[in-house]
Amino acid sequence: MNSTLFCQYLFAGLTYGIIYAIVAIGFNIIYNTTGIINFAQGEFVMLGGMIAISLHAHMPLLPAIVLAVLLTMAIGGLIEIFFIRWLQSPSVLRMIIITIGLSILTREAALHIWGSSVRSLPYFIGNEITSIKVFSSRVSPQVFLVVGVCSVMVAALSLFFKYSSLGREMRACAANRRAAILCGINPRNMVTLSFMLSAGIGAVAGCVMSPITYSQYDMGPSLAIKGFTVAILGGLGNSMAAVAAGLLLGIIESFSISVLPLAFQDAIATSILLLILFVRPHGLFGSSAAARLKDF
Amino acid sequence: MLKIRNLEAGYGNLRVLKRISMHVDPGEIVTIIGANGAGKTTLLHSIAGLLRISAGEVLFKGRELRKTAPEKIVGLGCSLVPEGRQVFATMTVYDNLILGGYVQYKKDKQAVSRELENIYELFPVLRTRADQLAGTLSGGEQQMLAMGRALMARPSLVMMDEPSTGLAPLIVRDIFRIISQLREAGNTVLLVEQNAKAALRIADRGYVLETGKIILQGPAADLLENRDVQRAYLGREKIE
Ligand SMILES: Nc1ncnc2c1ncn2[C@@H]1O[C@H](COP(=O)(O)OP(=O)(O)O)[C@@H](O)[C@H]1O
Ligand SMILES: [Mg+2]
Repeated sequence: MNSTLFCQYLFAGLTYGIIYAIVAIGFNIIYNTTGIINFAQGEFVMLGGMIAISLHAHMPLLPAIVLAVLLTMAIGGLIEIFFIRWLQSPSVLRMIIITIGLSILTREAALHIWGSSVRSLPYFIGNEITSIKVFSSRVSPQVFLVVGVCSVMVAALSLFFKYSSLGREMRACAANRRAAILCGINPRNMVTLSFMLSAGIGAVAGCVMSPITYSQYDMGPSLAIKGFTVAILGGLGNSMAAVAAGLLLGIIESFSISVLPLAFQDAIATSILLLILFVRPHGLFGSSAAARLKDF
Repeated sequence: MLKIRNLEAGYGNLRVLKRISMHVDPGEIVTIIGANGAGKTTLLHSIAGLLRISAGEVLFKGRELRKTAPEKIVGLGCSLVPEGRQVFATMTVYDNLILGGYVQYKKDKQAVSRELENIYELFPVLRTRADQLAGTLSGGEQQMLAMGRALMARPSLVMMDEPSTGLAPLIVRDIFRIISQLREAGNTVLLVEQNAKAALRIADRGYVLETGKIILQGPAADLLENRDVQRAYLGREKIE
């Protein structure tokens, strides 16, 4: 493999990897406040992209994206309020079935609204042939946008959870729900908020990736599986580890194309997921005890 | 301050509290003593709103609490230091304390740090541990943290569920000394204890709870002298 090809694979891997990481962090945020795995997480990414594309027909790119992210957050919040909030301590199995149901429902609604055609936002800077020279290879500025925006988002989230009062309250609910109530925090609101936050970061990812990877009504499930693999790989609930795990999966996938047929690409994540679940269910990083002392 | 009339509560079909009536006046330390399983925690949870009351009423500053959500009750000035500390183990001591203050000061940073200063004065050890994860503190330090967190809300009534359980005798003395100090600073305390002797020594009044009923009540000094109380709860006196 020459260095040009190497760079191409590496950047493709980073692009997908950081997206997986964002989806995984979306899982983690909801998991930490509720103990639920929200299998509709991939749909938030799809919704963000699709809504922005529709809005962009009527307005410039930036307001279209901002509005799409806000709308997706509202949808995330409403989903929680209508389908999750009123359940009195539901079983894990029931929650899984509900979120899978929500994922199917959202996808069908998207199919109804947007049809099955593949769409995309235009490149934010230049067009598909604009590129920046990195060493010997050429990389689209959009790739840097995806990696940059997602990295900023990860950093902002980490600051939010660490230093803002709202972030502290959400962590408190995750750490000890009853004690949080005794501090005057309404945990139900924190759960709604965690759905909105997950939906929001998913939507942002859905927008920035759209020019490169395209948007389609049924893109959610495969993203959810990859994101879930990454979340498990990093140790459920640990978002900093999820970034590392996401990049790892993205790069493994990307380099695998050089040795395996393209069709195998998706099978890799699933194989890794199964392997991890059998061998190290608490994730690659750290012990099961450390996994409980999670970041956010 | 707090007035309870004919309170009944339980879990599903299990009736635990049977027609409990009691009250706490401003500036008092009132203690509830009773054996394991008597229903002390159940009583505090009913007041704090963590458990639905099936009959009777709980009046706090003249206001009926029955339909009030637990997080709102804290906002009204009635805080609970729960059994087993229940600190936010994965968060720092500082975060734990700050979280206790939000309900009172909303997001007013200055007021929160002023209150934090008061708490550090009351529990100097917490200042030295501010950046440590709460889960890594010793039992006594965790108890102080749980108390500090509740006090951050400047509650008019603070309820404590067995603050001395599981602590070394020296620390227990510290905890009781701090509770006495709280009264001197004008706080009102409802103290639940299995350590009946120590609790009655610092309390103004006491109630004895047995299988969900109040079987005795009165000034703490009288209860300390009471033969039945001595026999049942003040183990050592039995031998003398
Ligand atoms: N969550 C619960 N569900 C069912 N029964 C409970 C629960 N908590 C306590 N009990 C029962 O209620 C009774 C009183 O318990 P508790 O209030 O914890 O007593 P204490 O605090 O005085 O030790 C006990 O018989 C206990 O078994
Ligand atoms: Mg108890």
